[in-house]
Amino acid sequence: MEQFLLDLKREKYNGSYDLAYKTINHLRKIITQTRWANANELMAIIREAGKRMVSAQPSEYVIGNMVRRVLKIIREEYVRIQGESEESVNKGSLHKMVTSDQDFQDFNTPLKELKTIVMEAVNEYIDEMEASIHNIAAQAVEHIHSDEVILTVGKSRTVEAFLKQAAKKRKFHVIVVEGAPLYHGHELAKSLASKKIETTVVTDSAVFAMMSRVNKVIIGTHSVLANGGLKAVNGAHMVALAARQHAVPVIVLGAMFKLCLLHHSALGGNEASFNRLSSPQEVMDHYEGGTEILSDVQIYCPTFDYVPPELVTLFISNIGGNAPSYMYRLLSELYHPDDHEL
Amino acid sequence: MERTAGGDQNSGLTAEQKKQLKKERRKAKVSGKATQSTTQSFPGTDASSSNVLQKSKAELRAERRAKQEADRAAKAAMKAEQTSGGSKLKGPQVPANIQADDPKVQKKAAKKLEKQQVPQRAEGQKKVALFSHLHQYERSLSITSNMGFGNTGIHPAIIQLGLQYAEGLITGSNARCAALISAVCRVIKDYVTPQHKELSRDLEMKLKPAISYLNQCRPLSVSMGSAIKFMKLQISVCRKMSDSEAKSRLVDSLREFVRVNIVLAGKAISDSACTKISDGDVVMIYGNSSLITRVLCDAHKVGRNFRVVVVDSRPKLAGRGALRRLRQAGIQCSYVLVSAASYIMPEVTKVVLGAHGLLSNGYVMGSVGTSMVAMAAKACGVPVIVCCEAYKFCERVQADSFVNNEIGDPRDLLVKTNSHKSNPSLLDEEDWKQMDSLKVLHLTYDVTPPDYVAMVVTELGKIPCTSVPVVLRVRSTDT
Repeated sequence: MEQFLLDLKREKYNGSYDLAYKTINHLRKIITQTRWANANELMAIIREAGKRMVSAQPSEYVIGNMVRRVLKIIREEYVRIQGESEESVNKGSLHKMVTSDQDFQDFNTPLKELKTIVMEAVNEYIDEMEASIHNIAAQAVEHIHSDEVILTVGKSRTVEAFLKQAAKKRKFHVIVVEGAPLYHGHELAKSLASKKIETTVVTDSAVFAMMSRVNKVIIGTHSVLANGGLKAVNGAHMVALAARQHAVPVIVLGAMFKLCLLHHSALGGNEASFNRLSSPQEVMDHYEGGTEILSDVQIYCPTFDYVPPELVTLFISNIGGNAPSYMYRLLSELYHPDDHEL
Repeated sequence: MERTAGGDQNSGLTAEQKKQLKKERRKAKVSGKATQSTTQSFPGTDASSSNVLQKSKAELRAERRAKQEADRAAKAAMKAEQTSGGSKLKGPQVPANIQADDPKVQKKAAKKLEKQQVPQRAEGQKKVALFSHLHQYERSLSITSNMGFGNTGIHPAIIQLGLQYAEGLITGSNARCAALISAVCRVIKDYVTPQHKELSRDLEMKLKPAISYLNQCRPLSVSMGSAIKFMKLQISVCRKMSDSEAKSRLVDSLREFVRVNIVLAGKAISDSACTKISDGDVVMIYGNSSLITRVLCDAHKVGRNFRVVVVDSRPKLAGRGALRRLRQAGIQCSYVLVSAASYIMPEVTKVVLGAHGLLSNGYVMGSVGTSMVAMAAKACGVPVIVCCEAYKFCERVQADSFVNNEIGDPRDLLVKTNSHKSNPSLLDEEDWKQMDSLKVLHLTYDVTPPDYVAMVVTELGKIPCTSVPVVLRVRSTDT
């Protein structure tokens, strides 16, 4: 456990899928290795571990997502064993609250099969996660037509798989924005060009100029917020603004484990946990920035961008396509409202 | 047999008639030479006969000139007929530099360059298809390696200037224009009118290859175009003056052009824009514009309390120059790249941008990325002020950045093979060359739509973006 927390603090993972995978494996280990008597105790243990993990790396929402998902799985499996339908686990409707006099589940009865069944469900969920990229890529041919010009920012494994899958059947052009100061766009361009997709690398400053020729913008995202907004790589907001100006649809690819409960507010100090300012070395290196004349200059290097839901046209996830205004509804299927506060 | 020079006005000079004219001219030349030879065969003739012979030479010359004038008049009359007939009106022509994909046009342009003895740049190998109508050069060998330095060649000051442009040592529209004017002043100072030629016509002929050469080194900027127009006007006005008088007059008028349009206009704009910057402002600027840094430094001197956010972009990273200048003046600064402009925009109260040129339909042409900053500002409700001298207004119109642009060297975005990579993700030149499907685009300019710009500050006052054609008309009636 301590090792995992240290890894989190030191950011020893690459990409949200990797982190999600590691987190859920860690949680699976906790379920198998710790001693618990009933569902309540298990949930308390998971919640405790979850709190520690989230505090180690607060800007990565995927950790919280995984914890809440596991809690929901436990609740569902418990209820199923008890013999009742799973819907009753969810917050009852107004009608139910008024008519039924049945109390909420207290999850206290110890059940022998709970461990194995919970483990099965968690494994199923991990399989689903592993297949998410394939499921998203399989929808590529629906959305990309011949001779289209597609713009993308930075490097997303999902977008890469999506475009490569579409390139098997259709011929189109891709414009990749390089995404200074990390230049992930260059890596993506190299990877796409090796599969004979016509790729052009442009600088971040040329996005508005190129946008008049672009048919679609396809970007990946770090997480999806509860209101349908995005926490995406730096530069995505500028791209989305330019796309709106030119009436170009913005399609966001993301698996369901990226959907999180949090909302974004730029005020009230929330910015500190939303965005992560990485070393300004990337923007201006010490050689130049350390000179006496430039030593007082404040250099910013944000990692993420908030993209409001009005700028996004479509979300494609492993369960299909959705409008951003619908994302909040999917939350109720993934997480239980009692787990909103860990 | 002797055709009247003014004949055949209705049908125009056909090829045969032109041939006939040429034959007659040659005959006249030969007969003139024949008379010369006959005079030489009688060496011992007295003064009177030589006078007579000389007169005949002068007569012949006069005859020839008269014929030429008559021909010219005929052609002019014919043209007048055609235009009054109205069958083929020649409107504004499409320039050759945006027809790089048309082989006929390119052949013509290449021939013209050859005639002027200007070396032509080689096109790059990996062109981006979207911009196939523009020239896409690669900075390979020196353009001047095959140039001669003879009497008919281009003045060394111009050669030096062209190389400075090509290597990026002189950047910024004001700097380029001022450098051009100072080089042309040197050319004028060294110029000697050859015999039997007029300064006004010959100097213009001499400057044409110089301008083609500069265009090959780096496409002319709007400011340079404006200066060249002014030069041509001044030269054509210099008739019936002695050489030294004409030359000093030209040099003075060119210096005055720089003084009025760049230096004094800068001061006027700075005074005007200072009123727009108030205490406690956070001003965002983009890239390095000499005018904008001047405005900010002057505002700081006057005592305004504000801080500046400098937005920069790859690969030129011009913002660092502006950053240095502002820090030297003691202004508090921040620095971001253009992808983070929307991150920092909530803090900003004003955006002040410089322009490369203002187009007649109100669009602002600036270095690539200007439109990004303006767009982010509009999205956050931050006003955008553009500062631009009036001589940078031009009659071109374009609605997007594709129609006319300058494609820079794609290698500026890449890393040299086997050199130390500051960032391991950056593409290698080798990778770029080997992969056919991979192209790299380096744009230089982009156009910002007028609805993003709140106001343009010029030395003629604060005007909206769409008033550019009005100002152009006013200036053309002034000069």
